[in-house]
Amino acid sequence: MNAPAYNFAYLDEQTKRMIRRAILKAIAIPGYQVPFAGREMPMPYGWGTGGVQVTAAILGPQDVLKVIDQGSDDTTNAISIRKFFAKTAGVATTTSTDEATVIQTRHRIPETALHEKQVLVYQVPIPEPLRFLEPRETETRRMHALAEYGLMHVKLYEDIARFGHIATAYAYPVKVNARYVMDPSPTPKFDNPKMDNCPALQLFGAGREKRIYAIPPYTQVVSLDFEDHPFEPYRFNAPCALCGAENSYLDEIVTDDKGGRMFVCSDTDYCEGRQAAGHHGSLSAAPYKERAQRGSHG
Amino acid sequence: MADLDTLENDQPLLVAESLSKSYGRIAACRDVSFALYPGEVLAIVGESGSGKSTLLQMLSGQLAPSAGQVSYRMRDGITRDLTTLGEAERRFLFRTDWGYVHQDPAQGLRMAVSAGANVGERLMAVGWNHYGRIRDTASDWLTRVEIDIARIDDAPRTYSGGMRQRLQIARNLVTEPRLVFMDEPTGGLDVSVQARLLDLVRSLVAELHLAVVIVTHDLAVARLLSHRVMVMKGGRVIETGLTDQVLDDPREPYTQLLVSSILPP
Repeated sequence: MNAPAYNFAYLDEQTKRMIRRAILKAIAIPGYQVPFAGREMPMPYGWGTGGVQVTAAILGPQDVLKVIDQGSDDTTNAISIRKFFAKTAGVATTTSTDEATVIQTRHRIPETALHEKQVLVYQVPIPEPLRFLEPRETETRRMHALAEYGLMHVKLYEDIARFGHIATAYAYPVKVNARYVMDPSPTPKFDNPKMDNCPALQLFGAGREKRIYAIPPYTQVVSLDFEDHPFEPYRFNAPCALCGAENSYLDEIVTDDKGGRMFVCSDTDYCEGRQAAGHHGSLSAAPYKERAQRGSHG
Repeated sequence: MADLDTLENDQPLLVAESLSKSYGRIAACRDVSFALYPGEVLAIVGESGSGKSTLLQMLSGQLAPSAGQVSYRMRDGITRDLTTLGEAERRFLFRTDWGYVHQDPAQGLRMAVSAGANVGERLMAVGWNHYGRIRDTASDWLTRVEIDIARIDDAPRTYSGGMRQRLQIARNLVTEPRLVFMDEPTGGLDVSVQARLLDLVRSLVAELHLAVVIVTHDLAVARLLSHRVMVMKGGRVIETGLTDQVLDDPREPYTQLLVSSILPP
């Protein structure tokens, strides 16, 4: 351990026990928001304090950690959380989805299919899917208890009435295990089908609101919709400009002030993996350049 | 079939038995009993503080009585004590078989979502899952309460007071309830708008065979809408009877005072 001033993975053992109890309860009642005594973390709310506490509670010395932010392994948030656990827990870190045993994510689910030995930890800003329609917490809890979810369809109705289609593109409400309506955190609705019947355990931590919820492996997750306006995942209609992928979720990158833009995979690991396997898009660097770089490194 | 209908109408829909409510030493409502039949409109009149609103809240199951009980004949024909209903059943009753029209439409409507969604909410709450059908039913109801279909996607905060109140009525009636509670539905509206609203309510009540409990301090509203009147004072019912009988030939001094306090037209 290279940080003796801290307990393993920063949180003290009593706190971890408390969080683990909340996690077990959450797994027992899929989609139900379990309150927990969220701690102050050495980072501001909104930067993943909930996800970090869940990760800290489940992390073991043998785990391999991957952290992504909007699908990317190399943004500030992802790098600092990865470093945080490398320092306080001394665990191995990786950017490879396949190798990781714990993946903490902000706003994406990796493109590579997850397997049974993995746990996906989501950072959640607002856990309550009914919040913007019903501001009273007492009332939303009662609605969950009685499974009164008509209001969720009011939101979808409003979308269709205003835009002609369900315009909710992220944080698209889902029903878990045919019981609780759940906010999947602000993942794009493109990722919703990946939650259904997923072999990996999915845990959600909301630090500011102090809630933990979960989807156990192989649980039914259904996106809400209308019979005449069914759920549709959204994707930009283009291949990735770097790896040519036709089925991955894309980021739009503005390249100049004359309307130029490129679409690239938001999942950097997936994109790099494809490029290494020889796939190329319209704007990828020429192969010889890659080889030259690799040569200079070693 | 006609016999069955008669039988249906012979049984009371809502029965209150010696209802009382006290807040500490203050008795807000004392020993109120009555039966309400299908299709009947009962007006509860009296001045502020006479216990009208407390009574209405107890009747609609929002407030537990200190003594006495309220029973309601459910759609399956079985009469049940409201206090024995579970919360889920009570809330279900509230958004299907009952309606509640608030004096302030902001309390009964979702001011930030469109009129169509306001009307459709109850349908979605009972499991309607087809956008086209929900919207058709909503536009149908907006027409029935004389709201221009072109305003279906506007939020009620852009509506006038009278329109909001009519929208609130449509939102309540969309599940075809059998009983509607109204708390001063014409309060705060100007006279001509009041008249149109009352006219609308009267025709809907007749058309849908609604039972209504309406709380009002306006005797004109009671005269126009109700079959029966209950006069309350200090938490007690002091006089009850057919509307024209009570208003034209009041027996109690207080009722006489109330009736005489209306300016002659």
